[in-house]
Parts: sequence; C-alpha cells; structure tokens
Amino acid sequence: MSVRIEVCGEVVTAYLQGELDHHTAREMREEIDAAIDRNMPTLLVLDFKDITFMDSSGIGLVMGRYRKLQQIKAELHITNTSPHIYKVMKLAGLERLAKIDKGVKANERAK
Amino acid sequence: MKELNNFKMVIPSKSSNESFARVAVAAFVSQLDPTIEEITDIKTAVSEAVTNCIVHAYKDTIGKIYITVSIREENKVIVKIKDKGCGIEDVKKAMEPLFTTAGEERAGLGFAVMQSFMDNVRVTSKVGKGTTVTMTKTLSRREDEK
Repeated sequence: MSVRIEVCGEVVTAYLQGELDHHTAREMREEIDAAIDRNMPTLLVLDFKDITFMDSSGIGLVMGRYRKLQQIKAELHITNTSPHIYKVMKLAGLERLAKIDKGVKANERAK
Repeated sequence: MKELNNFKMVIPSKSSNESFARVAVAAFVSQLDPTIEEITDIKTAVSEAVTNCIVHAYKDTIGKIYITVSIREENKVIVKIKDKGCGIEDVKKAMEPLFTTAGEERAGLGFAVMQSFMDNVRVTSKVGKGTTVTMTKTLSRREDEK
C-alpha cells in the first residue's frame, strides 16, 4: 500500500509512502480520491514524511487533489516535506494553493 | 574536456523502468562522491526526461529509451536521454512551464524541473524521428570544501 488513510472527524489525512513518480502516482491518486469521495472532508492533509523520492508527478498529484477539493469547498494542507520535496513544490508555486508545513522536528521523526 | 568514464543503457519505455533508470544513473555518478542534494537533483532530472519519453514520445506504444552518461574532467556529468518517438513540433513551447498536452494530472513542469536541477539542458527534436535531451551538471568538489 502506497497510501495510509486516517479519518478524524472532517479531516482526512493521507500518509504517502515510497517513491512518487509517474508510475506510482496513479495508485496514490486513486486511493486518495476514494477517501475523499467516501468521507467528504473539509480538510485533506497530505503527509510526505515517508516519501523517499518525488519528481513533478507529485506536483500533478497535489494540483489534481486541490482541484477536486475545490469542488467540495475543502482545504488542502501539505505536511512533512523534505528540503528536496519542498524545492520541487516551490518551483510549481504550490505554496499559493496549499499551506505547506516544511517538516517535523527531529524528535518527532524518531518516533 | 576529456572523458574519464561512460555508461550506456537501453530500456523499454515502461513506466516501471522510471525508478530503475534514475537509480542506475545515480549509482554510476556516485563514483564522483556527489552530495545527497546533487544526486537527488540528477535523479529528479532523469526521472522527468524518462517520463517524457514514456508519456509523450512513445505515447501509445513501447519504444526504446537510450540513456548515456559521460563523466568528464573537473567533475562534469553529461546525461543524454534519447528516444525515437514522435518528436516535438515546437520545442520552445514544450519547454514553457505549465505547458502540457498530457492532461490534468500532469503539471507541465518536467523541463522546468530539469532546468532548475541541472546546470544546462539542451533539447533537439524532429517530428517523427525523436527527441534528445542533453543535461549537464558540474558537481562540487568535496576536497575544495575542506
């Protein structure tokens, strides 16, 4: 499984795992979209802590979910981006679409 | 600049090879003792170029992707990714950020990522013949940092 979904009230958190490229993006997209359709959240959190690689396919994934969430007036947060992932997202100007929280503190990551 | 080492591989344009292609190039370049950031930059750029071959050049078919890596003097790396696919009509337009013909789930940022993560990106293409992307990056020399 490349995505673990957690639902807490109106918040859906998708913990993405592994490498995010054109090959893996489809499965992640399908799982996230299924969770959105099932739960109709007001907030979707995409957690990148366990993403070990990301190219511009990750941008496509975020932009696609942003558009889907707009239709149900829900917000998007992006969390735990590594410096590399943040660099790719910044290139696309994703910080204009979603709140990006750059990372976890060292002690949180160790848990 | 004199070539010190080189590596060639040919892979079919299957999306399951995207990961292999970037990891193989990274493994070859690792003999230069790059920083983690440099290796991630190269992996990302290779991933974009290979994905373009799969998504665009060989859109409805499986073709061959030719990858060449050359290591030159002074820590210079040249990565060439070539296909014999459909070619690009207007290279300048294809390289514009956010331009894409691949639909909503593609950001249209492949070339922008390549240009931002490598020192130089050159694209030559002929419709019906194929496309060659040549990217260069000069890696930092760790002994200089000491």
